Amino acid sequence: MAEELVFMMGKYEARIPTNCLYSKSHLWLRKDGLQYQVGFTAYSVRLLQDVYFLDWSIDPGTQVFEKQEIGEVESSKALSTLYSPFDGRIVEFNQLLLDDPSGINTDGYGNGWLFTFETEAAPLTPEQYLKVLEAGWEKTQNMIKGQIN
Amino acid sequence: MAGQKKLTVVISQHQGKNPVKRQLEEELAMACMMDPEVEVSIIPNLYDLAHDHSGVLFLKGIRGDVVVLSWLFPRATQWILDRAGIKGKAGTVFLVGEDDEDDEDQDEAASKKNPDAIGTLDVPSRLIYSIDLRASTDPQEFLTEIRRIVKETSTETVDLMSWIQGEPKKEQLERYLSPQAMLGIGSSETGAIAEVETEEQVRRRWYPVIDYDRCTNCMECIDFCLFGVYGVDALDRILVEAQDSCKKGCPACSRVCPENAIVFPQHKTPAIAGANGEVAGLKIDLSQLFGGGDAMEMAARERDIELVRDGREAVGMSVGIPKRQANACGVRDELDDLIDGLDDLDL
Repeated sequence: MAEELVFMMGKYEARIPTNCLYSKSHLWLRKDGLQYQVGFTAYSVRLLQDVYFLDWSIDPGTQVFEKQEIGEVESSKALSTLYSPFDGRIVEFNQLLLDDPSGINTDGYGNGWLFTFETEAAPLTPEQYLKVLEAGWEKTQNMIKGQIN
Repeated sequence: MAGQKKLTVVISQHQGKNPVKRQLEEELAMACMMDPEVEVSIIPNLYDLAHDHSGVLFLKGIRGDVVVLSWLFPRATQWILDRAGIKGKAGTVFLVGEDDEDDEDQDEAASKKNPDAIGTLDVPSRLIYSIDLRASTDPQEFLTEIRRIVKETSTETVDLMSWIQGEPKKEQLERYLSPQAMLGIGSSETGAIAEVETEEQVRRRWYPVIDYDRCTNCMECIDFCLFGVYGVDALDRILVEAQDSCKKGCPACSRVCPENAIVFPQHKTPAIAGANGEVAGLKIDLSQLFGGGDAMEMAARERDIELVRDGREAVGMSVGIPKRQANACGVRDELDDLIDGLDDLDL
């Protein structure tokens, strides 16, 4: 088992494995040869809850820029547009998830990977990502609260 | 009373030619046709109709209660009709879609109307029931709901009729009960479906619809939109003046609206398309978290795309963005509640 950092979301422990790099948009990136495998962090999954719909609006192999819309995700509790974490190229999507996205919930840092990605950008270290989470937690709660009320 | 009143059921067709959707429309139309207490008509997608389209004129001619079945959220249907001058009180529909379910009961939902909203004017006491055709795939469920409404409205008719001073002449009553005949559309005989519109071309349209149960006339939309879609009426009330000046696909003004009162019925996000509740019931939009800008940034970006397409200069956040104070001041207790709330959501 890889080492990990933990971020406390209320009483929930969001794991941040140290063998991954991260983006501010709450994705993990793990070097796999020349490219990265990318997926939702435990923090994302915690907020999304049970994902039941995942859809990509671009084709594999597409050159994308940071924050470009690339797809959509919907869960029992939430929905979101998905954006590219950095400038780069989306190489391929995880076909398994398109048939059954539950891997995102059951094995978010493994078989629940979303896509493979080539980028020149320097993703965040686990420590930096932890800082991002700490800095943003209150705002995130406010955002959710603003929508629930 | 001899002339029994018929309930008018109007089916607004889907834009596309999806055979499954067409089949549901047709099955419902056929079944309604067999019902002696129902008068059924089919019109093209309500949202796409110009205000002088015969489908709209037909709807305007209906004086009594009416059920409108469409592939839209009921809120969207209600306010599209309102904008076209087809007004009435919203009838309570029990058959609602998954995306539109509200945890509160209807009374509470009604009280969720914004108390500062300007409301709509000149609403007659008749009822308009808007039903979302996506609420079920089973025609029987719709028919059961229509039967229920037939019963509900026929009991109310007695009251309504007893209010009328004196007896209406027979012809008057008939005109009231079946306006189709007056308009020369369809037939008041059972056994015929009035299919309004045949030769008139209907193209797909895109424009905002204002929910006046939420709109407070704050004018942020008119300040934000640089395409001249919005205007005000003689009473200085905001309205969608130039529908077709709107830019296809652009929902920017609805993001700017502080009351979530602007509906784009064809937008993919339920909250923008008019689903009940803030975000499709209790669904939370996490786009901001996953790298999307906030609503204002997103709106400004969408507007810039359209400006550039028109050969105009992008203006970014410099024009028409309200300098709103985010309610940032600490309400610690509620925040704590939220954390606990998060933990209560089953994982």
